[in-house]
Amino acid sequence: MQIKVTINNKLVTWDVEKDEFLADTLRSHGLLSVKKACETSCCGLCTVWLEDKPVLSCSILSLRIHGKKITTIEGVPKEAEEFARVLTAEGAEQCGFCSPGFIMNVLAMKNELVNPSEEEIIHYLTGNLCRCTGYMGQLRAVKTYLGVL
Amino acid sequence: MKKLEMKSVGHSIRKIDGMAIATGKPVYTEDLAMSNALVVKILRSPHAFAKIKSIDLSRAEAVEGVECILTFQDVPSERFTLAGQSYPEPSPYDRLILDQIVRYVGDEVAIIAAVDEKTAVQAMKRIKVDYEVWKPVLDFEQALGHATVVHPEEDLSCNFDIGLQKEKNIASSFIEAVGDVEEEFKRCDVVVEDVYYPQAQSHAMMESYRAYTFLDHTGRLVVVSSTQIPFHIRRQLARALQIPASKIRVMKPRIGGGFGGKQTGAVEVFTAIVTLKTGKPALIVYDRKETFTSTTSRHAMRLKVRLGADQEGLIRAIDMEVLSDTGAYGEHAATVLSCVGHYTLPLYNKTRAVRITGNAVYTNKMSAGAFRGYGATQGTFALESTVNLLAERLGMDPTEVRLKNISKEGETFLTGQGVLLGSSSLDRCIKKGKELIGWKDKFPRRASGENKVRAVGMAITMQGSGIANIGTASIEIRLNDDGNFTLLTGATDMGTGCDTILSQMAAEILEIPIENIMVNAADTDSSPYDPGSYASSTTYVAGTATVKAAEDLKKKILEQGAKLLGVALQEAELNGLAVRTLNGDREISLVKLAELTILGTGKLQLTGYATHGSAVSPPPYVAGFAEVEIDQETGKVELINYVAVVDCGTVINPNLARMQAEGGIAQGIGMALYEEVRYDDAGTMATNSFMQYKIPCRKDIGHVHVAFEESYEPTGPFGAKSIGEVVANTPPPAIAHAVYNAVGVRVNRLPITSEKVFLGIRESSKDLR
Repeated sequence: MQIKVTINNKLVTWDVEKDEFLADTLRSHGLLSVKKACETSCCGLCTVWLEDKPVLSCSILSLRIHGKKITTIEGVPKEAEEFARVLTAEGAEQCGFCSPGFIMNVLAMKNELVNPSEEEIIHYLTGNLCRCTGYMGQLRAVKTYLGVL
Repeated sequence: MKKLEMKSVGHSIRKIDGMAIATGKPVYTEDLAMSNALVVKILRSPHAFAKIKSIDLSRAEAVEGVECILTFQDVPSERFTLAGQSYPEPSPYDRLILDQIVRYVGDEVAIIAAVDEKTAVQAMKRIKVDYEVWKPVLDFEQALGHATVVHPEEDLSCNFDIGLQKEKNIASSFIEAVGDVEEEFKRCDVVVEDVYYPQAQSHAMMESYRAYTFLDHTGRLVVVSSTQIPFHIRRQLARALQIPASKIRVMKPRIGGGFGGKQTGAVEVFTAIVTLKTGKPALIVYDRKETFTSTTSRHAMRLKVRLGADQEGLIRAIDMEVLSDTGAYGEHAATVLSCVGHYTLPLYNKTRAVRITGNAVYTNKMSAGAFRGYGATQGTFALESTVNLLAERLGMDPTEVRLKNISKEGETFLTGQGVLLGSSSLDRCIKKGKELIGWKDKFPRRASGENKVRAVGMAITMQGSGIANIGTASIEIRLNDDGNFTLLTGATDMGTGCDTILSQMAAEILEIPIENIMVNAADTDSSPYDPGSYASSTTYVAGTATVKAAEDLKKKILEQGAKLLGVALQEAELNGLAVRTLNGDREISLVKLAELTILGTGKLQLTGYATHGSAVSPPPYVAGFAEVEIDQETGKVELINYVAVVDCGTVINPNLARMQAEGGIAQGIGMALYEEVRYDDAGTMATNSFMQYKIPCRKDIGHVHVAFEESYEPTGPFGAKSIGEVVANTPPPAIAHAVYNAVGVRVNRLPITSEKVFLGIRESSKDLR
């Protein structure tokens, strides 16, 4: 079945299966930043924006995004790099596998929350699992990035 | 090597691959696989123990798009091990690619390759298998001498005598003893003992196991895998597939975490055999369920510990008895078992007798394997918990008991065969940790609001740095025709940052910016040999090889530079990307030197090369301190603060070392409080997703504070020791100690759930009545 969607500000028409999930569709079209690490909507790695709000692309049927706007990290290279520079300066990307989804959620948080407290930051990002860093370095990077030291 | 003013080493340099991996560039295994690769799926056993009577493939093979389906009848009959260890491996050759006997729920029954995933899954569902179901042995405390023998086959073998007795389900047994323990206990004023059950833990790296394979232009098998051990994988495949290792090339791209999981082969044999059978590229990506249920975990253990001390609090005798659950196959069974004592007993050297005995037993559950800490984690939980018990019995502060008993720099220890401890700042780590956690005011407990109590606990730990006299690493550094350098290594950066750290070391010696070094890593065709990144080896072993290779190259560059400048060698120096005369009147840039040596008439490309192995494995140390808050009504345990003070020798890259430490602590917190691999009564794993198996999220770790107390390890590169594993070990005993100090409940079976604490509180209040 065909869907028309705006992917990273570009209108495209894609053929998708009726049981296909957005994360797989995006990957099959070369948007390889989108990672998957669970089948249970637990890890946050596949986070992209649907209409500028963060969602888990592994659990959204591709058919349901017809007519909608999707943004992956490939669509916000400037903002992503800006935060990635802070993250890597802290060493807090480690294996990097969870970073794209994490960064998409951090950028969404920046748009959504004004001057968040540490508690609010942690709460907003709870759904992004990371097995390498132990989260402290990510928190330092986010605080530096938001200027809320 | 003297620690003067260093330009690269000791600096928090950003990882050379950091920006690419953080921003989602396609650099991981699945991203790189060719789009026409066959998709490989595995049909798995629903039974914990069974013999396959027959397999009917007819309906499956009829599915359009199915390329091949393989069963036990289609694989070589040579047994092998998936353990990633240097040859000859001390793990039993106890598995086949597919076996007629299946030994746990999730064991492989058939390999299906099809044009896409949907087709492969559809075909898989149409395979009909007739099993003769056998009675499994699931409880590892019942396995020894059980009527069920997990490995009845005749052709199981091992390169060494590791105490394997397959008819008794013993994969390995171990004994190490110095002095007469029983006599020594008789002389002790205080003897304490207890039994501990550290649980099986899943690695839960974010990138699951995956690999793709294809045949290259010469017909060789190329394997691209998310692995920590390319060279071991090549050797495993050669044996498993019965083809020469020279016909195999293994490469590792970026890895999304390993933690030891990827020190055991998992998926490579399945795609490799498909590619060999079909001639076509093949890709396998384990889903999370397969990653949980059909790979490896940390070894669950039972440890009985007995400690004896005199009235002064000097520990005189230690006795440990270990039972380790290796599951269906014996990967790392012997080595993890021996590491329990190896990485705990040397902590304390006022002992007069020590003994450790143990068995690793087969059961019909998923195999255990290598996991960050590698036996030290389990041993530390048991020994340190008992030292805390001893301190209480003696009426002494547990930090003081440690300071009295720990081995110090320049000293020996009972099982150490006279080797002097080259470096240790553990005493400083303990003192610093006490300060940072506020031990003086907080030990042992304080009330904290209604029904709540806060308490602190502590533990210390050690690990090794590489495997003495076994682990080696080779490094080549090349001056390229454009004046830049290529560093070739077989070490496997899995997010840890070793590509960067090795570059920092080379840059320091060659006195060049790190940007002038390119790293070519982890390709068995081009890399010099390296066993891979495990056993806390890379910084220490590959690091020293890097230093030696860089010094070798530096010498050659200076020789050529001096020759070209027409001065004596001792009048030339290397800095600022040029060889200069000491008085500064003449210089030749590396670009020019490269041109003159490599191109035209020079005919001499300069390379530095070194193979290094160490006769010792110097221990890094951590002193860990936990502060918990417990709700006495509900038993809810909340970790408030965790302080870890680390001695990893010289810190090569402070940011990356800190991240290793914080991440290891978080994994240790997970083991202490949340994580557990659990099975149902039929042997099916219950914890097969992140819904059932909880790893810490960012709300679960409290505030983790890491500090470093540098020592200088004389055998290490720039004085460095390892850090990767040691950091995972202290949270279970330190948190258990804090919980005990809070509410008087000793939880010896990990994880320390609120339920166990609640029941413990209820039990002890019953005692009071």
